[in-house]
Amino acid sequence: MDVLGSLSDGFLIALTWENLMFALLGCFLGTIMGALPGLGPSNGVAILIPLAFTLGLAPTPALILLTSVYYGAMYGGRVSSILLNIPGDEPALMTCLDGYPMAQAGRAGEALAISGVASFVGAFIATWGLVFLAPQLVKVALLFGPAEYFALFTLAFATLGGLSSKNQAKSAFAAALGLAFATVGMDDQTGSARFTFGEVHLFDGIDFLVVIVGMFALSEVFIFLEHHKASDLKQVEPVKIGRITPSWSLIKACSPTMLRTTGLGFIAGVLPGAGASLGSFIAYSMEKRLVDKQGTFGTGDPRGVAAPEAGNNAAAGGALVPMLALGVPGSGTTAVLLAVLLAMNITPGPLLFTQNPDVVWGLIAALFIGNIMLLILNIPMVGLFTRVLLIPPRVLMPIVAMISFVGIYGVSGSTFDLMVMVIFGVLGWALRKLDVPLVPVVLGTLLGYAMEVNLRRALTISDGDYSVLVGSPLAIGLWAVAIVGFVFPIIFGPMLRARMHAGRESDPKDLTDE
Amino acid sequence: MSDRLFGVIGLVIALIYAWQASIIEESFLSDVVGPKVFPYLIATVMGLASVFFVLRPDDDPVWPKFGKLLEIGMATIVLLVYAELLPVLGFVISTIFATAYLAWRLGSTPLMSLVSGVFTALGIYTVFRLILGLSLARGPLGF
Repeated sequence: MDVLGSLSDGFLIALTWENLMFALLGCFLGTIMGALPGLGPSNGVAILIPLAFTLGLAPTPALILLTSVYYGAMYGGRVSSILLNIPGDEPALMTCLDGYPMAQAGRAGEALAISGVASFVGAFIATWGLVFLAPQLVKVALLFGPAEYFALFTLAFATLGGLSSKNQAKSAFAAALGLAFATVGMDDQTGSARFTFGEVHLFDGIDFLVVIVGMFALSEVFIFLEHHKASDLKQVEPVKIGRITPSWSLIKACSPTMLRTTGLGFIAGVLPGAGASLGSFIAYSMEKRLVDKQGTFGTGDPRGVAAPEAGNNAAAGGALVPMLALGVPGSGTTAVLLAVLLAMNITPGPLLFTQNPDVVWGLIAALFIGNIMLLILNIPMVGLFTRVLLIPPRVLMPIVAMISFVGIYGVSGSTFDLMVMVIFGVLGWALRKLDVPLVPVVLGTLLGYAMEVNLRRALTISDGDYSVLVGSPLAIGLWAVAIVGFVFPIIFGPMLRARMHAGRESDPKDLTDE
Repeated sequence: MSDRLFGVIGLVIALIYAWQASIIEESFLSDVVGPKVFPYLIATVMGLASVFFVLRPDDDPVWPKFGKLLEIGMATIVLLVYAELLPVLGFVISTIFATAYLAWRLGSTPLMSLVSGVFTALGIYTVFRLILGLSLARGPLGF
């Protein structure tokens, strides 16, 4: 029962006017960002981290703000899926399948409403899952020594590409590149300068915020510059929304679907290598198999909208479990949230729960509050968010670029960092063209330091004996999962991907989020 | 073809990285592992992945035509110059130009680009400097 006790303490923290305001602001901004094509949860949160940091927010309000943006973006992603058949982010891909046909049939409002309710159910129940599961995982995590942590980090990288990964070599290259960025600068333990090429600015290392904002936000601007002629064609007249409150009978009809897919999505979120896009995919395919007796899925069945939305929002909640309890994120967006914590000088992991319980439980309480806010915001105000879709990229993308500059300049005040950010933006663009995923690069930059420290600590304890890395059953288990997780997609990836994209005529390429 | 080239470049980067790691000056107070081992591991992974790209390349991506590459290159230069000029001209003036350039290249008419430049610069200045009190670059004019 002490979980509930901690949770109520969390509510005391979250229920101040200031924090409520941040939660509301975050939900609002997040929904807008999720709804805008080209700005998903990871770029949205990425742009805001340096801002939250420079505004001098305390860790708890900053986290509340940014996780509300995260949840909000997961809600918002469905708006463009349903209205324009363009998923705002990859998890929203499956929502297009039934959402867009519903909109074409004049039931856009209903589709938006039922997907809003489904998002709420998924996220709300998943947050309860987080409350009970995270402390259990913390107990396991306390058994981890440096060797196990090193194995765990490897596992995170090995499985990051996800089960539907296209090319594992590219994921591996991306992770190595990110880790290489992390090694630039003064080596803490010996004081040697590494890879600085005599440049004074590099002695402190490359700030991971610069990498994240450059790779996620600026590279998006370059993508739009490359494709702008095509993207101007997307100017469509507003779709008729129709009725925006869901009827009880509709909710009732979709309830079993929502509950089942929530469970499935949550598990997909917690497991390494799955994440929200797989969560929404398996949720949809399972429901299709279970309840689609008349073959209405894909032609505008409300259950086909509810299933992936509940699934992906539950997965988003589930993904927070390993991020908070182990400090190892399983997806792009949670990697960005990890960056938030690190920027605030908080190291997630088991110690977070004992040393900063106020941060953890305040955050979890804020997630509950944020969810309720999002439901209230999303049902009646969805009309407002659909307006956002009318902002053309030629106005939006320059603003995104400029806000990125403002954020990084605010953190460091240095022109050098801004230039490094631009270079990372171009690099991010080139890597995306080559189908190299950016998430491992970012995660490598974030985790490189901790990974190396754990490796060296383990070997120092064993006095240079490398067998310590596989010295415990726990470590061997982690290595085994890492190897399976890395090899599995090579064998089954193509099949899985083919199914995920089946039924969609346009293949959305340039998506950052995994 | 792109992937093979990428693999070769990746291999070169991995080799340079490993070479740079090998010339790290070690201090006499080193732990058993030292500052070189982790970089060597990284270089190995990077090198192996690169060899794989050369041997088993993916299909070529659709590379933009030369004009578009020039577009990306120009935008990069404009943004680099913007970063340099921020402390010289101040936030508002440099942002008007940078935003207007991007908006123009993204398909706005020249006049509308300038308008969106002015609005973006003043909007960000109002929200982040005047309301939130963030420090933006100050030029000789103080804004």
